[in-house]
Amino acid sequence: MPFSRYVEIGRVALINYGEEYGKLVVISDVVDQNRALVDRPDEVRRIINFKRLVLTDFKIDIPRLAKKKVLSAALEESEVFSKFENSTWGKKLAKRALKTTQTDFERYQAAVARKKTSAAVKKVFNKLKSASE
Amino acid sequence: MVQGGYKYHQYQVVGRHLPTEKEPEPTIYRMKLWATDPVRAKSKFWYFLRKLRKVKKANGQILAANEIFEKKPTTVKNFGVWVRYQSRTGYHNMYKEYRDTTLNGAVEQLYQEMASRHRVRAPCMQIIKTATVPAAMTKRVNIKQFHDSKIKFPLTRRMARPSSRTFKTTFKAVRPNVAMH
Repeated sequence: MPFSRYVEIGRVALINYGEEYGKLVVISDVVDQNRALVDRPDEVRRIINFKRLVLTDFKIDIPRLAKKKVLSAALEESEVFSKFENSTWGKKLAKRALKTTQTDFERYQAAVARKKTSAAVKKVFNKLKSASE
Repeated sequence: MVQGGYKYHQYQVVGRHLPTEKEPEPTIYRMKLWATDPVRAKSKFWYFLRKLRKVKKANGQILAANEIFEKKPTTVKNFGVWVRYQSRTGYHNMYKEYRDTTLNGAVEQLYQEMASRHRVRAPCMQIIKTATVPAAMTKRVNIKQFHDSKIKFPLTRRMARPSSRTFKTTFKAVRPNVAMH
């Protein structure tokens, strides 16, 4: 199977390491085989290693070393960041992030709710089971 | 952190011979060099100057020592570095090219590469000259291949890596998946 995601200028990537885990960036230029220059509307352009990036399916149309204005316009027009958040991958990340911020009480509430649903499911299931026998 | 994090910084050191009766206005020399701090930069300045000219620390003075910062640390440039180093058998000259956003980054790469490929330690190396090389003038194939505004390549052999240093393990129960897609 051929590759579907490539390192290209305008490719949207996800940081998968450290403090900035889960942050989306856009590849602005390729430095060498290991590193890329990445950009974000609210940040200064900087170098990042490919080991700390995961490529996403999204690509925006920007020139090399695009100005902040061009970059934000392209991002706004394509709505890539919100598209990613609504994708399965983005939802999974959001869910995981939400879980880490939960308090002990919220976790307890979730466990109770889970128990309640599984009890209800079990009840109906057993009913159907006994009816079929 | 764009400009920080480098071990070696670029300094400019300006110095001259002490004024004498015979020579009331001695020639002023300026040198750009890499060192870990300004003290070492000044020391390196005297080391080079006493080899090149008839001036040494005992009869000279330093007029200024400043750090030089990159003007545009957010664009990628091609840097050429001319270096002289002492190996186990003798002295060699070398020309190398690097792609980086700062000259300090290129010098950092140089030190790392010389250590890995040639086992040369930092004190055995002398940086003769550095230059920002325009794309058309570069010589090395590894640098030339990135001169493409429509560059496109996949990342192969992707491994799931820990999201933080604290999650790093030496041994894993399950062999990593390195499927390419």
